[in-house]
Formats: sequence, structure tokens, C-alpha cells
Amino acid sequence: MKYALFLGCTIPVRAQNYELSARAVAKELGIEFEDLVDFGCCAYPVRSASERAAIVFAARNLAVAEEKGLEICTLCSACTATLTEVNEHLKADENARKEVNEHLKKVGREYRGTARVRHLARILYEDVGTDTIKSKRKIDLSSLILAPHYGCHYLKPSKVYGHFDSPENPRTLSELIAATGANVAPNIPNSCCGGAILGVNADITLAMAKTKLDSALSSKVDAVVSICPFCSVIFEDNQKKVEAKFEKEYGVPVLFYPQVLGLALGIDEKELGFRMNKVKPKELLAKVSTEAA
Amino acid sequence: MPEEQKSGVIDVSELDPNFKHEIAKEPGGEKIKACFACGTCSASCPVREIDETYNPRKIIRMAILGMRDRVLKSDFIWLCSTCYTCEERCPQSVCVTEVINAIKNIAAKEGYIHPAFKTQAELVGKSGRLYEMEEFDNKRREKMGLPSLQTSFDEVRTLAESVGLNDLIEEKEKKE
Repeated sequence: MKYALFLGCTIPVRAQNYELSARAVAKELGIEFEDLVDFGCCAYPVRSASERAAIVFAARNLAVAEEKGLEICTLCSACTATLTEVNEHLKADENARKEVNEHLKKVGREYRGTARVRHLARILYEDVGTDTIKSKRKIDLSSLILAPHYGCHYLKPSKVYGHFDSPENPRTLSELIAATGANVAPNIPNSCCGGAILGVNADITLAMAKTKLDSALSSKVDAVVSICPFCSVIFEDNQKKVEAKFEKEYGVPVLFYPQVLGLALGIDEKELGFRMNKVKPKELLAKVSTEAA
Repeated sequence: MPEEQKSGVIDVSELDPNFKHEIAKEPGGEKIKACFACGTCSASCPVREIDETYNPRKIIRMAILGMRDRVLKSDFIWLCSTCYTCEERCPQSVCVTEVINAIKNIAAKEGYIHPAFKTQAELVGKSGRLYEMEEFDNKRREKMGLPSLQTSFDEVRTLAESVGLNDLIEEKEKKE
């Protein structure tokens, strides 16, 4: 199981805990990552200005992976959707492919349509499988209640994902959490974090985040489990702002799924980057270490 | 007619019947004409749930009617959070998220791009990343045991020029 690891923009600068834990669990589960230095921004941030430019930028990344003959493993859901949408669009449209390659020729690259793109969670679900995860479990997480937050682009647009999970009633992340032995709370509803419009109207984004944090609070969860750095930035980095704006205390930790999986696999906490989490999951970690002892 | 009385009144002479065709030519805008205005998009929208100034059905209705200027100069087209819920539920497979994006793209060409998206496009076009990666960041990564990453992308700069992204942003500056 070898993949080209696509980090995108946010993770290597603002969510290294996601990256550290993803690399650590991959190693434990026999997934090999190759880092390709020519990977840049997926192109999602350019789409509102110019889809045509975004298609060319995304195709460049796809071409980089094609040259190595590797499938792309993404960690960010926005990267997953952008790269997959462009890939499917170009595979289906010969004229669009020709147009893109006219641009790529200027930088010595060619898009051929041979690379596949999947999110790490999907790879864990499809290629590793929940049975393998269960069999490799070393630490009991049954004292924890965790709420899956699917976000948007891991599942949608479902037409480009071959409908591998339902966009209305998704279950893959819930099953991945259950495989760690933790209890699964109901999905965080109405999944959009609002991150895409933070720079346009922060009030709307914070109000959207509030509805999700309210749901987490009423389910009395130990943490929300995210698989996208965008969602985490909104729920975690901005949680204090939500608290100030709505005069309500939350203190809900937001963990990346590989951090949870890493705990279950018995990987040292320090390797999973918990100290970088903005809402400190102290109580949660204390529960786990008591269980382990 | 005074401005306040104008609200709600559509002046037919100001409509551009070609606008929907213009949108249909943009990548993602192709299916706009299939909309029968059922409102599933607006009923499903998590942004509209918070703030009713964002209303995808209304935007598409205005666009099909040809209210080109009012749509392109509006603030509300930039409020789509691209969650694709509308797109998943649309009974006419309009690809609403993509249609709204096509409208944003035309607005950008006309010089009305929202500053937040202008900045994002500029950053990615110039440095290849949304957050610039400097040697300092790589040193930090190294300490964490993470591999160094490329700090500058000549390839992306060449492509931004080739695909006209730079012109789009500069043209916007002229019109501001």
C-alpha cells in the first residue's frame, strides 16, 4: 500500500498534529507514503476567482503523481474534492484535457488521467479495513464518546466519489471510530463548518460552528472527530470566538481521526501531536491512560 | 422613480436575456437552464439557515431572468460555502454549487471579485500555496521530524500567467 501524500496548504503550517498522527498510524498499519516536493495548493482557493485556472493548477498536481505512478492520498477534504472533481472532469472531456495540456506543456508536464485520488479515511476504510484496525488495537477506548464530523467535501459531490458513502447518512467515519473501540455519538448534523466563507462573513461562519458545538455539547461527547483541517480550524481555533460571541462555554476538544486511531493502536501520545490541539483534550487523555493502566 | 420605490420592480429594459447562456458557457454553469425554481436548494442550505440574505434559488431565478448587473454586483453571491448539499438534493441536477461558482467567476472577470477570494487567488498564483511556506516553517517542520516542503513554485507562476489569472486580478484593480 503505497501512496503519494498530498498535504495541501493548511496542514503543513497549521495542523501538523494531523500530519504527525497520519504518518504515525500509516506506519503502524503498513501504509507507505511518498512525499512529492512538486505538490502545491490543490487549487480550491482559486475556484471562486477562476474555475479555469483552478482546473489547470489541480491538473498539475495530478500530473506530478502520474509521473510517479502513484495514487494520491489526501488528508484535507477540500483538496480531495477539488482534485477528484478536476480529475473526473478531465477524464470525461477530451477537449478540456487538450486545453489543459496546452498550458501544462509550458512547464514540461502532461495530464493523462491515470492517477486516482482518495482521502486517508476512505483508504483506511477500503484498503486497510475496520477488521484489521480492530485486530491491531492495543488500548481500550471504550470509556470515550466521540462524535463524527464528516464535513462536506469528503462525501460531496457524491457523483465524483462513485457513491462510496451516503452524503445524507454517512457511516464510514462512524465505523472507523467504532473500530477503535470508542463509543460513537450521533453524527454532527448539517455538516458544513462554514470555513469557506470565514473571510467573507465571519458572523455566519461562527453561527454555523455554534450549531455544531451545541450538538456536541448536548451529546456529552469527549471530543468531536474531524477529518479536515478546515473544519478543525473553525471548531477548534475559533471555538473561543464562538464562546465570546454567544456567551456560552464549550470546551469541546476536536481531534483528527488519526489521533484517535493512534491512541487505540498504542502509539505514544507525543507522536500524535496532542500538544498542538488548541482545546486541550486533557480529560480525554487521562481517561485513556487510566484504562491503559 | 425614487430608489426606494424601485425595489421589487423589475425594469425589463435592464434585463440581459443572454446572461443565462453566458453562465452556461462557464465550467460548471452548463445546467442552469434546467432549474424549475422548486427551492430545494434554499431549503437545504446551511448558510441560509443562519442568514437569509443568501438564497440560491433567488440567485438562479434572477440569473435566468437576466438581472445580470444586480447579480454580479451583489454581495450575496460570495456567501456560498460550497457544501454541495443543494447540488446533492436538486431534482433537476442543476449542480447549484457549480452554477453559483460560475456566476462568481463572471463577477470576477467583470471586476467585482470579493477581496477575500482575490487575496486567495493572488497568494496561490504567486507562491503556489495559500499560506506561504518559508525556510522558518521548514526548520520548524524539521524539528518535528517532518519533511521540508517546496517554498516557491515557478511552475504555478508560469501557469497563472498562461491561464490569465494574473490579468484577472490586475484588471480588477483597475476597476476598483
